[in-house]
Amino acid sequence: MTAFEHMFDTQGMLRSAASSLEALSPDLLEQLRAAGSKELLPVPQALATLFPEGGVRRGSTVTVSGSSSLVLALLAEVSRHQGWCAEVGSPLLGSAAAAEAGVDLERFVRVAEPGEQWPSAVASLLEAFDIVVIHPPPRAREADMRRLSARARERSAVLLVAGSWEGSQIGLTVIEQRWHGLGSGHGYLQAHELEVQSLGRGAAVRPRRATVWLPQAL
Amino acid sequence: MTAVRALAVWCPDWPVIAAGGSAELPGAVMHANRVVACSAAARLDGVRRGQRRRDAQSKCPELTVYNHDPARDARLFESVATAVEAIVPGIEIIRPGLLVVAARGAARYYQGELPLLATIARAVCDATRYDVQLGIADGIFAATQAAYAAFVVPAGEAAAFLAPLPIRVLDRPELADLLIRLGIHTLGDFAGLPRTDVLARFGPDGAYVHDLARGVEIRPPSARAAPPDLDVEMTLDPPIDRVDTATFVAKTLAEQLHERLAARGLACIRISIEACTENGEQLSRSWRHGTTSPAVSTPGFTANAIADRTRWQLDGWLSGTIRSDDGQPSSGLVFLRLVPDEVIHDDGRQLSLWGAEAGAASGPGGDLEQIDRALARVQGMLGPDAVVTAVVGAGRDVAEQIRLVSWGEPRDVLPADAWPWPGRLPAPSPATVLKSAQPATVTDIGGNPVVVTGRCVVSAAPRWLRIGQQPPVAIAGWAGPWPLDVRWWDRLTARRRARFQIATIDGAGLLMVCENGRWSVEALYD
Repeated sequence: MTAFEHMFDTQGMLRSAASSLEALSPDLLEQLRAAGSKELLPVPQALATLFPEGGVRRGSTVTVSGSSSLVLALLAEVSRHQGWCAEVGSPLLGSAAAAEAGVDLERFVRVAEPGEQWPSAVASLLEAFDIVVIHPPPRAREADMRRLSARARERSAVLLVAGSWEGSQIGLTVIEQRWHGLGSGHGYLQAHELEVQSLGRGAAVRPRRATVWLPQAL
Repeated sequence: MTAVRALAVWCPDWPVIAAGGSAELPGAVMHANRVVACSAAARLDGVRRGQRRRDAQSKCPELTVYNHDPARDARLFESVATAVEAIVPGIEIIRPGLLVVAARGAARYYQGELPLLATIARAVCDATRYDVQLGIADGIFAATQAAYAAFVVPAGEAAAFLAPLPIRVLDRPELADLLIRLGIHTLGDFAGLPRTDVLARFGPDGAYVHDLARGVEIRPPSARAAPPDLDVEMTLDPPIDRVDTATFVAKTLAEQLHERLAARGLACIRISIEACTENGEQLSRSWRHGTTSPAVSTPGFTANAIADRTRWQLDGWLSGTIRSDDGQPSSGLVFLRLVPDEVIHDDGRQLSLWGAEAGAASGPGGDLEQIDRALARVQGMLGPDAVVTAVVGAGRDVAEQIRLVSWGEPRDVLPADAWPWPGRLPAPSPATVLKSAQPATVTDIGGNPVVVTGRCVVSAAPRWLRIGQQPPVAIAGWAGPWPLDVRWWDRLTARRRARFQIATIDGAGLLMVCENGRWSVEALYD
């Protein structure tokens, strides 16, 4: 068949497309599915092993305690996929660090001083944003947290609590950390080595560990 | 279609006048380091629109520089509009500083065009202290040009009046550039081209501009009265008496209107803003889509442009720049309506601000319209300044580099690393910047406090760190001091600080500052 005739042979083209799809390696296929799926928010490669599904399930609540850079790394991956991130509460994550981590500052909206109305502000943001980071005030009420977590589930957004909260689906904790690059009186902070453990409910009940190097090489 | 006889009222160099300057003193309004407008005196010295600040100041060293504030321009222009409206109803504001009004009926009433001009000039002069220039011609464009020349163009002679004007007055910089390169320098030359050829080469906008140059048509050919169901209105309960609350209403209504128009493939070129107060006063004002405004290149108002016009108008009504006996509401506004007076077919060149983005959005979520609505709600709850995005700019300190911009304001991202900043700490930056520095003590191996000398030398290697009342931790590594000598030329605000990066044995990284022998933690690398 000449190339010209081939062009109209749609059946044949479909067949060849299907066969080339099968030719892909299974784990690449898996990745493609994960990227195409609306159910999971992508996470950086180094953190993927911490999540049983390889990503953060939309509608879930995640806690990250012990490291702000880890929060930024998670946001950066969402930002890279054109997602919108929001942050409520203080102290805010460092903007310069966010930009360096790869967060698109134009799509990273912050509310620094929500005061007493922080639960309503977070609830509004969960309506539209892909991921909302909150720094709950020290005397945050359990009922408020539960309501926000439910709202996140309903709107299939991700609520990321910087700190700790028992109600989350999965929690990341820094167990050990080390800075590299600093001597005594010389050098500068260059690389941060973090030993992170994830623990949660359901599929995440078995603790998982990973060593993460930040800042990530982009 | 024959052009309607129009009268234009123009306040020369309005942004400068509104900012508090005058024609006799050299002054200029700057935006983004460029001259937006300058006074007559400044122009004599060689200051021009679009010049850079430095060039303008070198031409005219005594130049007074004002901030660019379109809202202020619009607010103050309201007093001129009110004065003109007292003589002739149905005015249309093209931009702050320029308004037009249909002249025929009023000219008949005042027994001639010249008496009408005299009446308006006197009324504006009595009511305000501003200079105005007036002009009458066939069509809004010709009338505007006539006002610039302070001239009355006899009926039917608009084309002859426009012919010698340079092509640049059309305010289509790209088109003008091209035409000049083609050897067409005046409106007369352009008008001489066959209309069909212009349409074929430059599209509907080119043909529209060609008509302007010929002085035959004043409005885009497809202008027609809007069907009544396009109005958007809102009852305001509680009544609005503050400008900041009005802003939100203006924005919501403008978006509604724009969406409605976009759904029908229409663009609005003239809009009426109508409001009603608690005491039953009716306020109304029309704004025309300015073909003479430099920022505009689309055939109709965008959602943002409608919101701006509405906000300016409400600002003008509410802020009390107008005298209370003719216009300023005696109480809050209870009702607001936006009426698209004239609409044209949207030829598809208009970049729909929200609609297009939402359609093209991909990836997770990313519905701009939803985002904007959610943020508007938070802004309504906590005030417009509570919702911010950050812009990273130049500077040596972490705090200096960051500028927070309220949501909805322009972000004006500057090229950040155009110049090196000696003394800036290298990446990575601290992920947590503390709101207020935490006091700490740093001691050497013998337990003596570590200090930094005037020559920026550390007295001993830091060994122990104690933050507040917490137990001391051993220091695993440290680097510094990086001195930061801030504002040394000013005795009162000068600060000398030495910065350190410190890593403790439990793995934490800290950015610490020693100032006047006192240590504090500024930020955490966590």
